[in-house]
Formats: sequence, C-alpha cells, structure tokens
Amino acid sequence: MTALAARTRGAAADWLLRNHIWLFLALAVAVFSMASPYFLTVNNLSNVLTQAAFIGILAVGMTMVMINGEIDLSVGATLALASALAIGLQPAIGVWPAVFAGFLSGVALGALNGTLVALSGMHSFIVTLGGLIGIRGLVFVYTGEQALMIEDFAYTEIPEVYLGPLSLTALIFLALAALFQWVLTGTRHGRETYAVGDNIAAAHDAGIRIKRHKIINFTICGALAAIAGILLSMRLGTAEPNAGRIWELWTIIAVVLGGTRLAGGYGSMWMTVGGVLTLAVLRNGLRLLNTPNYVELMVMGSVLILALGLDRVLAARKGAA
Amino acid sequence: MTIDWQQALRRHGLIAAFGLFLAVVAVGADGFLTLGNILDVLRQVSITGTIALGVTFVVVTGRLDLSVLTLLTVIVVDQHNVVGPVGAVALTLLAGLAIGAVNGVLVGLLRLNALIVTLAMLSLLQGVTLWYSGGSNVNVAGAGETWFAVFGRGTLFGVPVPVLIFLGGAVVASFFLKRTEFGRAVHAVGGNETASRFSGIATARTVAAAYVVSGLATAIAAIIMGSRVMGAQNTIGQGYELTVLAGIILGGTSLMGGSGSIWRTVIGITMLGFIQNGLLLLGYEYYVQWLVSWVVIIAAVWLDLAAKRGRVLA
Repeated sequence: MTALAARTRGAAADWLLRNHIWLFLALAVAVFSMASPYFLTVNNLSNVLTQAAFIGILAVGMTMVMINGEIDLSVGATLALASALAIGLQPAIGVWPAVFAGFLSGVALGALNGTLVALSGMHSFIVTLGGLIGIRGLVFVYTGEQALMIEDFAYTEIPEVYLGPLSLTALIFLALAALFQWVLTGTRHGRETYAVGDNIAAAHDAGIRIKRHKIINFTICGALAAIAGILLSMRLGTAEPNAGRIWELWTIIAVVLGGTRLAGGYGSMWMTVGGVLTLAVLRNGLRLLNTPNYVELMVMGSVLILALGLDRVLAARKGAA
Repeated sequence: MTIDWQQALRRHGLIAAFGLFLAVVAVGADGFLTLGNILDVLRQVSITGTIALGVTFVVVTGRLDLSVLTLLTVIVVDQHNVVGPVGAVALTLLAGLAIGAVNGVLVGLLRLNALIVTLAMLSLLQGVTLWYSGGSNVNVAGAGETWFAVFGRGTLFGVPVPVLIFLGGAVVASFFLKRTEFGRAVHAVGGNETASRFSGIATARTVAAAYVVSGLATAIAAIIMGSRVMGAQNTIGQGYELTVLAGIILGGTSLMGGSGSIWRTVIGITMLGFIQNGLLLLGYEYYVQWLVSWVVIIAAVWLDLAAKRGRVLA
C-alpha cells in the first residue's frame, strides 16, 4: 500500500469520524429500505426531503448561531410571525410585498435578539426564551388568535416547482446549507464565528469584533426562520398562530444530532444537513412501518442521547490520540 | 444612620420594581390587591412554582432542566382509579424520583450536555405518556367522594392547600439550599466545578441529586395538577417547562450557576402570575401577558446584570 492511498484512506476515515451522522443516516436508510417496500422510492424520498426542509432551513440558521457559541429559542415563533404577515398583509399590499414584509420581520427580530445579546451581555438562552414567549404574543396580537386564510390559491402553487424529484422548498434548503457552508469556511465572518465560539476571550484578544459577528449570526437565523415561515405559508395556504411551536426544540435536536457542539466553535452545515435528514428519515420510516406515534417520540429521544454519548466517546478518542 | 440607596437598589431592585408594578395595576384595576385575588394568583402559580423550587437546585448547579409535568399527572390520575389515592400519590412521587434519577445519571455521572438530555427526555417522556395513556384522556373516578381533591381544591383556614404546599415547599427547599451541606455543595459546584472537586465535593453526585430534587418537586406539582383538574390529557402542562425557567430567570438566579435562591424563584414566578392576573383584570387579552413578560424578563435580567457590573452595556 502506497503512502498516498493510506493517507487518502486516513482522510476519508477522518471525515467519517467527524461526520458520523452520515454513517447513521446510511444505516437508517438501509434498514428502512429492507423493512418497507415504500421507503426507497423516488416519490417518498422526495417527500421526506420537502418535509425536512422546514426544520432544515431553521437548522441552517441555528448552526450559525451555535457555532458562534449561542442559542436561539425564538425561531419557531419568528417563523409563525413571518408566515402570518406573508398571508395577512396580502389583501392590503399585494403578494410579494407581503412576503417581503414577512421576511423583514424575521430580519428585524433576529437583529433585535443579536443586539440584545451583544449589548447587554445576557445569555442568549435568556434573551431568546423571552423572544419565544413575546414573539408568540406578537403573532397572537396580529392574528387575533385566528388562522389566516389565503384568498388567491395561486399563492400555494408558487413552491410547486420541481427539479427532477427535488421540490423548490427542498432546493432552497440545500442551497442555503451550501451557501452558509461557504460563508463558514470561505469568509472572514465565518472563520471568526468559529473563533468566537471556540474561545471568546482569545477571540477578543485577537481583535475580533465579537459583537458584530453575534448580531450578524442572529440576524441570519431570524431571516432564515422567516424564509421557512413564508415557505410554510405557501405550502399550507394558511397561517396558524400556533405554527412552529416547539420547532425550536426539534431544530436544536437536529443540529446537535449532526454533531455541531452546543458549546460553540465546532460544527458544519454538512453535519446539520445530516442531522436534519436523519431525523426526517427516522420519522418517515417509522411511519411507513405503521409504528405508533409514541414509539417515534421514544426513538427520537433515545437516538439523541445515544448521539450525545457517541460524540463524547469520539471526542475523548480524539483527545487521547 | 445613612442608607446607601444605590446599594439597596442593587440588592432589592427587583422587589422595588415589583412593588411599583403592583401599585400601577392596583390603580387601574379594582380588586387587584384584595386578599381574595392575591390568593387566587398564588393558587394559579402554585403548580409552576412548585416545579420551580426543584428546578432552582439544578439551575444553581449551572445546569438546565426542562421538567416534564405531563407524564406524572397522567400517572397520578390513572393510578388513583387503580390503587387509590394513597398508592397513586406514592407511585407518582416514586416516578418523579426515578425520572430525576435518570436525568441525574445522564447529566451528573455521564456528564452529557444538560440541555440536550432534558430535550431528549422531553421527547421520550411524551412518548411514554402516549403509550401509557393509550392516547385517551383519563379522569378521576368518583370525583365527588375521594379526598384526593384536597391537594388542588382544598382550603385550610381560607388558604388554598396548593398555596400552602407551594409556600411550605419553599420554606423546606430554602432550608436545604441554604443551610445544609448538600445545599452548599450545590452552590459550590455551580460556582466553580473544578475548585469544588478539588475541595473534596462529590460533584457528579451533587448534580445528580439536584435532578432528583427537581423530579420530586415536579411529582408534587403533578399531584396538585391532577387533583385540581381531576383528570389528565396527553398535553396537560405542556409548555410549563419554559414558564418555570422564565420565572427562575426573572427572579435573578443566574443560568451560569453558583448563585440564586428559593426566595428569588418564588418572587419571579409570583411576578409572572401577577403580570398575567393584572393584565386580565385591566381587560387585556390573555396573550398580551406574553408581550409584557418578554419586556419584563429582558429588562429585569439586564438591570440585574448592569447593577452587578456597574455599567449598562457589556
């Protein structure tokens, strides 16, 4: 065996060790393919991807915030507000201006979260827990507790564009993941986001503008939550005031399952895409097997704890090596 | 004798702000500061408050707990019809201790991330709840006769029993957190884990024990809840986890651990209750309280931080 081959194999093994979620995903796909004849069909997988895309888009934003060493609990509420504005404002200002207003609401709320975290020095868990409660209040005040219905159903046909088996929603998810992977590795903002998450004191001493990066990442997270909300409103044709409740928890679960660390400084969009797809495949596969809902919930919980344990073991091995 | 106003404000600013809030609402709403209404508010917060007493121990160790009320409430109601009230209460307390112990092992002994573990347990316990209840609602049989109603609906000398449980629990919890070796260990682990390990404190066991306390408190809250409603659905008490944390944070207990007290938690939770009650009495829709809570939580924690570091901006 030549040295080059050994090195290549080493690099591949290294990649898999870091992105072990993809091994798990492959395993889950293999198991469900054997267990159900309906799983490994283009139609089903295309559906899985579309369903995964909503949590997926939230997860892309959450990954930026988490690598930065922070957390955003308000994404589910932000999604609901954007979706309500995108539908509710249509009679008054037209379809695309309403969609744009929904998007702006996410940008504004993300910027508000980021600014509050940066200026006050409060833990983002507290700031965004406040946001989770308060933004949901905004949604209820705006909608008056009613589900808003679309008037012109042409709106629901906007995302019905397919590239082969991929829906527009799924494409947007994958494109955003690729875009922000590039931001993470190819831009100064991305590299400094890792640096701040890894060691905030060292980043500060190195002259990195910590506050600016935090505000940018929270704004990205809010903007992506709004995009997910707008896509959801297009898919459903209604905006329900309780939309996206506890989605922030599923989003965090997906990101952490992928391998990105809550403590910050470590992670990637590929890990997050792996985590999102794994959750979606587990859910879909268990449903195809007619598994009761409670088993699904128990499996999700157990998988998460296992993933956390596995991460601990792998991190310990890397530390020892 | 001179009073250092700045110092006093730093230390008791929260109580001052709370007093101001009560005064403002009292002017606008008749019947706000009557004994009957105050007892009503305390009764309403007694369930989240009782959970918060236990979760405070976990937060002081520098961890998080999203304590889940649903399963325990379903257990107490369901078992009431099987083994009677005494057995149901005993089983629920045991189940609460067991859930706390599982969290404690995962977070304390195996040192897994607390937020993720409790998130995972949230999902897992939701699954167990659906499995246990078979998806249907359960009701207490013979609700008219059983003395089980006392926990949620009884009164003693005009004071609702749940309020007595909450405030009595607060006295006991405060004693344990402040005056016992365990309580001091909880503070030490939250303040500086490495230092406390080197001083001979069993950190892992202390963290695990804090989760067990939290599980026990949640079980007591579930007993109040089951007795109050005399029934349980699969969704009962969902979302309480975050209200509990919001109350603890509002009281000024730091999520970083090491500081915090039971009385701060009682004040924080009670404040949330009075905000809700006051806004309703003023004629606002119930969801307006969420907006106000948002502003109050951010303002209170920011002011608390600003007072500690001596300037407003970080």
